Parts: sequence; structure tokens; C-alpha cells
Amino acid sequence: MTWEAPAGFVAGVRAAAPVVLGYLPLGFAFGVLARTGGLSVLEIALMSLLVYAGSAQFIGAGMLAAGDPAGAIVSTTFLVNLRHLLMSAALAPSFRGIRPAVGALLGFELTDETFAVAAAHLQGRPADPWWMAGLNLTSQAAWLLASVAGGIFGQAIPDTRALGLDFALPAMFVALLVLQLGPQEDRRGRGVRLRVALAAGVLTVAAGLLIPGRWNVILAAVAAAALGVWWER
Amino acid sequence: MTLDPQVLLVIGGMALVTALPRILPLVLLSRFTLPRWLMRWLAYIPVAVLASLLARELVIPEGRLLGLANNLGLWATVPTLAVALLTRNLMATVLTGIAAMALLRALVG
Repeated sequence: MTWEAPAGFVAGVRAAAPVVLGYLPLGFAFGVLARTGGLSVLEIALMSLLVYAGSAQFIGAGMLAAGDPAGAIVSTTFLVNLRHLLMSAALAPSFRGIRPAVGALLGFELTDETFAVAAAHLQGRPADPWWMAGLNLTSQAAWLLASVAGGIFGQAIPDTRALGLDFALPAMFVALLVLQLGPQEDRRGRGVRLRVALAAGVLTVAAGLLIPGRWNVILAAVAAAALGVWWER
Repeated sequence: MTLDPQVLLVIGGMALVTALPRILPLVLLSRFTLPRWLMRWLAYIPVAVLASLLARELVIPEGRLLGLANNLGLWATVPTLAVALLTRNLMATVLTGIAAMALLRALVG
């Protein structure tokens, strides 16, 4: 007897194609950067398996490399990933017929990208758990395999400093930051976000010089984000 | 293949705080809403965190102010930022940063 994948699962795998195309280069970059930042290939694999969140993994790897305390890294991750609460809540009406345990498994692999694909597909209709599983497992498999491949590649590079690779992570932060500023057309939104970024930078430096310990990043970010809420009124 | 206990602890913590917001609404099947100010505040967090990390890395990497002249990272950021703004392409930006840093090291040492 052979097991045949349900049609929904196969359709979900197909729907993951655009996500996979995005995750392969980004996951590979994460692997290389995290490896040159000091994480082992096993640690990279575990992070991509258990955390599975793009920006937060880059931030986590950077903070680990900088020797930040565990509490600061975990609380920064929490704040950066809290936005998934909104996506999960938006999908909840489509999950009414699905058992809580299955819902938990499917929710674990919710990312910005899989949410975008799932929300466009479901349009509020009941979700087929097999379709969701196909989308989720394919997407995370691509992320996991690409990051492990990147880690192995990073391991083979002899002198990362001479090649400038120690600057890859800050360069990635520059790239992610510019993308986070939003589209050119949204001038008002970009203006506020630019001011938030500048405020976060200045506050980080000030807090870093004045306050002992390494909690300055999260303190400055929390305060600068609050300033953003104030400025946009 | 090494697994540092401290790194494992951090990964476990990151996994927990990432999974809970993803899972809870789907399990509780609730369409709860967050206060508007909290949603706005959350939207600014990624920008603020990235800018904070970058500022620390470039200006006070060792907890002290780094001079302008010998601060290679700050100089490498100039072409990196330019490419990021012009192309909005992650790979092009990272490769520019790596190349700029390698070039600066080769020139300045």
C-alpha cells in the first residue's frame, strides 16, 4: 500500500513557490553571516528549525556575536516578532473547524511571507489544514536547508576578516533598515520612520556610554518606537 | 559541530517568545484586537532595533566612542547605504558592504 499525499497538501506545496524563491538566497545569507559571526552549523540549524523568523534570526545572531546577555536577546526577539500576533489573529476565523493541536502546529510556522500567501488564498474562507501544512513545511524546509548550506559555506572561508565578511551582518542591517523605511511614495510614513531610526541610534549611543551593561539596544529601541507613536499624531 | 549551552538557552528562549504570539490566536480562535497605540508602537520596533544595533556596531562597538579616522565600519557604511537606497536589494547591499570593507582593509590595513 502506498501513501498518496492529499491533493490539498500538493496544492499547498505549489503555493509555496514564491516564498521558497525568496527564502533560498536569504536563508543562505543567514547561514554565512551567522557562521562568520561565530555560530556553529548545528546552532544555525536549530535556530532555523525552532525560531524560524528572518529578521529576528539576523538580529539574534548579531547580538550573540556581540556577547549580549540572553535576557536582552530574548526580549528583543519578543518585541520584533510580536507582530505575528496580528497575523495569527487575522487567520483565526479560517481555523474554526480545525483542532487546537493542529492549529498550534500550523501557527508555529507562520511568517510574514506565508501569512501573505495564506491570507490571499483563504480570503476568510475555512482553511484546509493539509494545504496549510504543504505551504508551511515547504517554506520552512527551504529556509532550513538554505541556512545550513550557508553555514557550511561560511565554514569553508579561511580568513573572514580580510575578505570583509565580518561587515556582512552590519551591511545586512543597513539593507533591512532601508527596506523597513517603506516605499518612496509614502513620504510622511518614511519621514517618521527615519526619525525613529535616528532617535534609536542616538539613544543607543547615549545609553551605551551612560548605562553599564548591554541593555542599551532594547532600551533605546523601546523609547524610539514610542517617540514614533508620538510624532505620527 | 558544537552546541554552546548559553547559545542553546538563547535559541530556546527566542523560539518560545516567537512561537507564542504565532500560536495563541489560532488555538484560542479569538479575533481579539490590540489597542491602536500598541499596534503603532509595534510597527516601529523593527526599524528602531535595526538602527540601534547598527549605531552600536558602528559608533561604540567596545562600549567606547570610536574615532572617525580609524573607524572602517563607518566608512564602509557610506557605499553600503548608497546601494541600499538606490537598489533596495538585500544581496547587492551586503556584497557592497563586504567589498568596501575588504578594500578598506587592504588599503589601510
